[in-house]
Amino acid sequence: MNRYLAAHVAGLPPSGIRKFFDLVATMKDVISLGVGEPDFVTPWAVRESGIFSLEEGQTMYTSNAGLLELREELSHHLSVTLGLSYNPSNEILITAGASEAVDLVMRAVLNPGDVVLVPDPSYVSYAPCAILAGASVRYVPTHAKEDFRLRVEDLNRVVTPKAKVLVLSYPNNPTGAIMRREDLIPIADFVAKHDLLVLADDIYSDLTYDGRHVSFASLPGMRDRTLFVSGFSKSYAMTGWRIGYVAGHPGLIEGLTRIHQYTMLCAPIMGQIAALEALRSATEAKNDMVTAYDRRRRLMVHGFRQMGLDCFEPLGAFYVFPDISKTHLSSETFAEELLKEEKVAVVPGTAFGPSGEGYIRCSYAYSTEQLQEALKRITRFVERRLSKQNNQ
Amino acid sequence: MLNEEEHRLLKLIAEDCRLTPDELSVQTGLTTDYIRERIINWEKEKVIVCYQPMINWSRTGEEKVSALIEVRVLPQRGYGFDKIAKRLQKFPEIKALFLMSGGYDLSLLIEGKTMQDVALFVAEKLAPLEHIQSTATHFVLRRYKQDGVELLGQEETLQRLMVSP
Repeated sequence: MNRYLAAHVAGLPPSGIRKFFDLVATMKDVISLGVGEPDFVTPWAVRESGIFSLEEGQTMYTSNAGLLELREELSHHLSVTLGLSYNPSNEILITAGASEAVDLVMRAVLNPGDVVLVPDPSYVSYAPCAILAGASVRYVPTHAKEDFRLRVEDLNRVVTPKAKVLVLSYPNNPTGAIMRREDLIPIADFVAKHDLLVLADDIYSDLTYDGRHVSFASLPGMRDRTLFVSGFSKSYAMTGWRIGYVAGHPGLIEGLTRIHQYTMLCAPIMGQIAALEALRSATEAKNDMVTAYDRRRRLMVHGFRQMGLDCFEPLGAFYVFPDISKTHLSSETFAEELLKEEKVAVVPGTAFGPSGEGYIRCSYAYSTEQLQEALKRITRFVERRLSKQNNQ
Repeated sequence: MLNEEEHRLLKLIAEDCRLTPDELSVQTGLTTDYIRERIINWEKEKVIVCYQPMINWSRTGEEKVSALIEVRVLPQRGYGFDKIAKRLQKFPEIKALFLMSGGYDLSLLIEGKTMQDVALFVAEKLAPLEHIQSTATHFVLRRYKQDGVELLGQEETLQRLMVSP
């Protein structure tokens, strides 16, 4: 029945993650470091408010934009935490996860033939969403030697007159890189010069380990050029609730809402109520999770460096992205052989773009015990590969 | 007052006191020497009082009975409740002892092998003490949570995908 698939869907390459997921699914007793979601359960006060909303019979649609109370609280939260100012009545749209927000942005602003600039490596959905919207993608390579930060020199190499959108996804999945204010300022000049719109996916903005996140939208003159995307999944361990949001200029938000109202109608109400509670009462729980991630982050970086591998120190999100090139294996081969020999699942760096070759993504959203066991197994694997190299 | 680094370190030790200074160093970014020195000082200052595991005795099959006892006490001039509390804390059967606000004065957690043990302790040791006016014994039927740890099964078993973006 594949002949019924539209050409642009049939031509969409399968996700590198999906392929690896299928392989892992066939094996038993695997320790997985392959998951891109928190290991914590949603804080109890938040779950309890979701339960209470159901008891109260809150099971209807909300307005397309989402509960006004949630948008108001969010507006306040963004102002206090990131210095951003958005009018809750027409500049914030609540979506079914940040993923929907990314899709909406691409569909609302791109025309066929437009070009989207995507940092490489980065989260898997930007390029497919851009392609589904009829645009094409130009990857902007980022490098370990520059802490995987986006550089104007690299942007200049790939920009075309057709470029319309720049994706900024920091803290970054899979590298854990962050962009500081001084890194963002030249990007802002570049964006203004090329008249670009920025899709700022700040979903990991609460998970930083060396100072507070700086949002691109907070830079002078960048607010109206930015569609600020975020959500509750990572910060509050609420992946399954599917609550995200996008904030920006009312003219753009109005366009996004037009698609959202026909395709999603609204985000689930119980999730919205729980999200409201998260903003009101889960800050301490969130901070505790950040503290735990920070400890695990140090453990992982130390573990990989002990193996003799280069490992960039991630300052955000919950991933490490060690350089496995010393083993002379490709990312995909490393991940496959590690899985077969030591039953540890990691994700090949190439699943996140061509610049991911030579790296693997390891999530540290796991207990310390699991991470230690996984590190022990990876160490055995790497030692075998390195000694093989030395014997050749 | 603890500074931010000390707070972080102490919290980690409180969560798992088996971590060695080297392991603590990896997880906090603090130096091993600093950690060693802090721990020695905290031990001296009785900030770290002891290192003991939390045992869920109900899973060992060994019989153990606990009771919470509300005690009304006549305070003594010049000592308040401290003199009687000092005496009570010497009894090995008393595992925890608190001065309370409200309808009674002292709250005791008592452990014994059988209900008879606990009853005998209350009747023969506790109630006859001078200055004790009355006692009310409440036996613990089941422990659901202790020191912040949930003891009842694995309600929140995670079923995350093995790999996700």
